[in-house]
Amino acid sequence: MSARDDILARIASALRDAPVAPAIPRDYRRATALTGEQRLAQLVDRLEDYKANVAVVPAAAAAVTVAQLLAGASSIVVPEGLPSSYLSALADLTDDGGAPAVLVDSPARRLTVAQLDAVDAVVTAAAVAVSETGTIILDGSPDQGRRIISLVPDRHVCLLTMDQVVEVLPEAIALLDPTRPQTWISGPSATSDIELERVEGVHGPRTLDVIVLS
Amino acid sequence: MRIALFATCIVDAMYPRTARATVAILERLGHEVVFPAGQACCGQMHVNSGYFKEALPVVKNHVEAFDMDDYDVAVAPSGSCVASVKHQHQMIARRCGDTALEARAGVVGAKTYELSQLLTDVLGVTNAAAQLGSHFPHTVTYHPSCHGMRLLRLGDRQRTLLATVGGIELVELPEADQCCGFGGTFSLKNADVSSAMLADKAANIRGTGAELCSGGDASCLLHIGGGLSRQGSTVGTLHFAEILASTLEQPAEMEMAGMT
Amino acid sequence: MSGTFLGMPVFGTGNLNATEPFPTAAHRELGNAQLRANLGHATHTIRDKRLKVVSELPDWEDLRNAGSAIKENVMARLPELLETFEANFTARGGIVHWARDAREANEIVTALIRATGETEVVKVKSMATQEIGLNEHLESQGIEAFETDLAELIVQLDRDKPSHILVPAIHKNRSQVRDIFLREMPGVDPALTNEPARLAEAARKHLRRKFLSAKVAVSGANFGLADTGTLAVVESEGNGRMCLTLPETLITVMGIEKLLPTFTDLEVFMQLLPRSSTGERMNPYTSLWTGVTPDDGPQNVHLVMLDNGRTAALADGMGRSALHCIRCSACMNVCPVYERTGGHAYGSTYPGPIGAILSPLLTGITSEENASLPYASSLCGACFDACPVKINIPEILVHLRGVDVDSRRRAVKVPSEMDLMMKGAQWAFSSGKHLGLLEKGLPLGRLAAGRDKLIKKLPGHLAGGWTQSRDIPAPPSQSFRHWWAANRETKEQA
Repeated sequence: MSARDDILARIASALRDAPVAPAIPRDYRRATALTGEQRLAQLVDRLEDYKANVAVVPAAAAAVTVAQLLAGASSIVVPEGLPSSYLSALADLTDDGGAPAVLVDSPARRLTVAQLDAVDAVVTAAAVAVSETGTIILDGSPDQGRRIISLVPDRHVCLLTMDQVVEVLPEAIALLDPTRPQTWISGPSATSDIELERVEGVHGPRTLDVIVLS
Repeated sequence: MRIALFATCIVDAMYPRTARATVAILERLGHEVVFPAGQACCGQMHVNSGYFKEALPVVKNHVEAFDMDDYDVAVAPSGSCVASVKHQHQMIARRCGDTALEARAGVVGAKTYELSQLLTDVLGVTNAAAQLGSHFPHTVTYHPSCHGMRLLRLGDRQRTLLATVGGIELVELPEADQCCGFGGTFSLKNADVSSAMLADKAANIRGTGAELCSGGDASCLLHIGGGLSRQGSTVGTLHFAEILASTLEQPAEMEMAGMT
Repeated sequence: MSGTFLGMPVFGTGNLNATEPFPTAAHRELGNAQLRANLGHATHTIRDKRLKVVSELPDWEDLRNAGSAIKENVMARLPELLETFEANFTARGGIVHWARDAREANEIVTALIRATGETEVVKVKSMATQEIGLNEHLESQGIEAFETDLAELIVQLDRDKPSHILVPAIHKNRSQVRDIFLREMPGVDPALTNEPARLAEAARKHLRRKFLSAKVAVSGANFGLADTGTLAVVESEGNGRMCLTLPETLITVMGIEKLLPTFTDLEVFMQLLPRSSTGERMNPYTSLWTGVTPDDGPQNVHLVMLDNGRTAALADGMGRSALHCIRCSACMNVCPVYERTGGHAYGSTYPGPIGAILSPLLTGITSEENASLPYASSLCGACFDACPVKINIPEILVHLRGVDVDSRRRAVKVPSEMDLMMKGAQWAFSSGKHLGLLEKGLPLGRLAAGRDKLIKKLPGHLAGGWTQSRDIPAPPSQSFRHWWAANRETKEQA
C-alpha cells in the first residue's frame, strides 16, 4: 500500500464515528463601515505604527513624490508594467549624482540576484491594501513584478491608489486571485525574536515607503 | 425561596464558618435554607486527576442528594465545585454509560448556583451594606479563583459585592487573574511548580498591604493561606461569604482568617 | 512499512517524547533564575501586546467561532480536502509526497535534496521539520541545513534546543544572544552590542550571502488551502520570503491537519493568527504560492504531507480538536506553568498547554515521561481563553489524565500513592454518612496541629510535597454537617 493510501485509510478509520462538519458562522465583519477618508486615515496610522513611511499625495504628484524619495539613489529597479508616469520626474533630479539608473525587470530581460542586490530601491504598484491592519498585498501583476524584485533591494517604494484601499481583510480576500503568487506586506522587515520586542530591519527591505494617491 | 445548601467537602470539614455565613446571608434576605444530608463532595478531585471510575459514585451521590423537588435552587460557596456540578457531572455519567444519571445530573446542574451568582443574578443584591447589613472595617485584597472566573464567567460579581461592604477598604491585587497554583492534585503531583506559582501570588498579596485576602473558593484560600503562613506573614485569608455575613453587631471573627 | 492496516491508531515518532517526567524536568528548570527572569519578561511583554490588539477588534469572538468551526470542518472532511488540495497543487506543477512518519518524511526530503546535487539548504522556521528531527537527519546524510529565522539561528548557533514554538530562543535574553553571536558567528563585529536592532542586523549580514546563493530551501506551511492548492507561510523577518523566492527548489513539509477548506477561510485565520502569536495586527510578511509560478520563484516545488501520529490524534474523538492548533503560541504565553518552567521541561517539540495534549496524542500515552505531560497544568483555563480556535485544552488535559489512569489500571501494577488516595476519597466522598463519620475525627487533626494551630509537615511523597511550602490550618472542632444536625435539624424537628 502506498503511503498515500495508507494515510487516507488511517484517516477513514479515525473518522469511524462520522463527525459532522458544522456550518461555519461567518458573523465577523466582511464589509467596511468606514468612509474613504476614514480608511485613508486608518491606513496611514497603521502603516506608521509599524514604521513604514507614508505620503498621501494627489495622483498628479506621484512622479514628484517618487523623485523626492529617490533623490540620492544611484540605481533602482522597476517591473515592466509600472506606469511610466510614476517615474517621469526622476530625470529632473540633479543633486546627489543626478537621476538614478532605472533597471526594468521584464520577461525579455530578467535581472539577476546580483543586479538586484546592487540597486538602492525598487518601485512597484500593489494589488490591494487593508487599512485596518496596514497591509499591502502584491500579487505579481505586471505593475508589481516578480516576487524577487520587491524582496532583494533594501528599500521598497510602493504606490497605491485610493480605490485599492479596503478596510477589513475579508474585503481584500474577495478581490484577490488565489493562484497568483502573493506577498502580504505590513511594514518593513521586523522581528520579535529577542525578548518578544518588535524591532524593524532584518532580511526583507528595511525601508518601506508607501505613497497613497488620493 | 427555599435554597438547598451544597456546603462542599472542604467547607464542610475545614471551614464550617463559611457555610454558616452562607446560611446567615440567605436567611437575612428572608429565604429558607435546607441542607441535604446525603451530600458529600462534587468529585472534581477525582475527575481532574483522571479517576473517572472512582468519580462515578461520588457524582451519583451528589445527584441523588440534590435531585429532588423540595427546593428552588441549590447554592455553593465555591466557583470550582459549582463548575464541576455544571460541567463535569454529565461528562462522567456519559463516559460511564449511565444515560439516566446524565439526565438527572443535567437537572441538578441547571439548578445549582455559585453564591455570588445567586446573590447578584437571582436575589438582586447590588449593595451588601444596604441589603445585607455587611460591615467589615478592614483592608482587603481579592483573588478571583480561576474556575469561577473562566468556567462560570463570574466576572466582577464577587468583587462588586465585597466593594459594597460597609467600612471595607478593597485594594487591587496585581496579577489578580493569575492562578495561585493550587489545581487540586496538581499541587501534589507538581509541587515545585505549584509552589513557584504560590510564591508569586503570596508576594503580590503581601505587596498590597492588605490585612487579608478574600476569594470565593475555600480550596484556593487554603492554599494561599498555607503559603502566607509558611512565609511567616500575618496576612490571612477569608471567604467573601464571611465578609458579607459580618455586621457591626456580629463582626467576623478574625481568628478564622488565620489572624491571631 | 506494510499495508497491514487494522484500524489501530499508528503513533508518531521523532522529537515528540519527553525524556524525563515533567516534575523532574520542571524541578531543574525552576532552579534557573536567569531562565525564570527571561521567561517572565518575555511572556508578560507578549501578553500585554496580545490583549491590546485583540481588544481592538469588535468581532474577535465571531472570528474565534468561525475559526473553530472551520477547523472542525477540516477534521470531518479531511480525506476529501486532502485529495482536493493534492489535485490543485499538482495541477499547477507542484509535486506531492506523503509520509507516514518522521523517518519516511526525512528520507523523502533527503532524496529530493540529493537529486539537486546540493549539500546545503536554507530553512524557514518549521515546527513539522523540528518534530521529525530533519536537521539531525540531514546532518547524518552529509547535508547542512541553515536555519534562517533569527530565533532558530540563535538556537542552532548555540547548539541548544528550541523552547517555544514561535520564539524558539525565548529562554535567552539580549545579552545572552549577543554572547552567542560573538562566540559562534564567523566575521561578526566584535563591538556588537546587545540592542535587538543591532543583533537583527548582525543576523542579516550573516545570512545574506547564504540567501542569495541558496539553491534549495526547506519550509513548513502555516496553511494549505484545499480549493486552490495554495500554501501559505506567515513570518516577520523576510527570511521566509528569501527561502520561498530565491532558490530553484522548494521543499515544504506540512502536517495533514494544516488544511483550510477554502482560500476565503484565510480571511479568518489571518486575523486570528498574527494577533494571537506576535500580538501584531498583521505580521510583516505572508507568502502564498500555488504550485509553480512560471518565471517567478522556485520552479521545482515539492510538498511532503505528514501524518506522524496525526491520524492517531484524529481517532481520539475527545482529543481530536488538538489538531485545530495553528501554532500561534498564545496558550504558552499565558500559561503560569510554562512561564515558570520554560519549554525544555516538556521535552517534546511542542511545549506548553498545547504540547501537554498534542505530544501524548501524537505518540500515545506509552511512556511514563509523556504520560506526565497532561498533569503539567493547574487547569486554570487561561489557555482556553487565549486559544484563537477555542481548543478546550483543560478538558482534553483531563481526558488524557483519564486515559493515563485507565492504561495504568490495565497494566495491573502495585497501586500508587495517588491510586490509594483516590480510592480512599471515593469511599469518603460517595456518601454523606461516610464523610460525616470521618469528620468525627477532626478534633484529632486539631491535636496534631498543636498550639500554633498549624500542620507543618505531612508524611508521604504527595502530601509531603504540599507541606514543603504550605502550612495547613488546624481543622475546626466540628464540621458544618454536625453543627447543622445539632443546631438546626433538632430545632426543626422540635
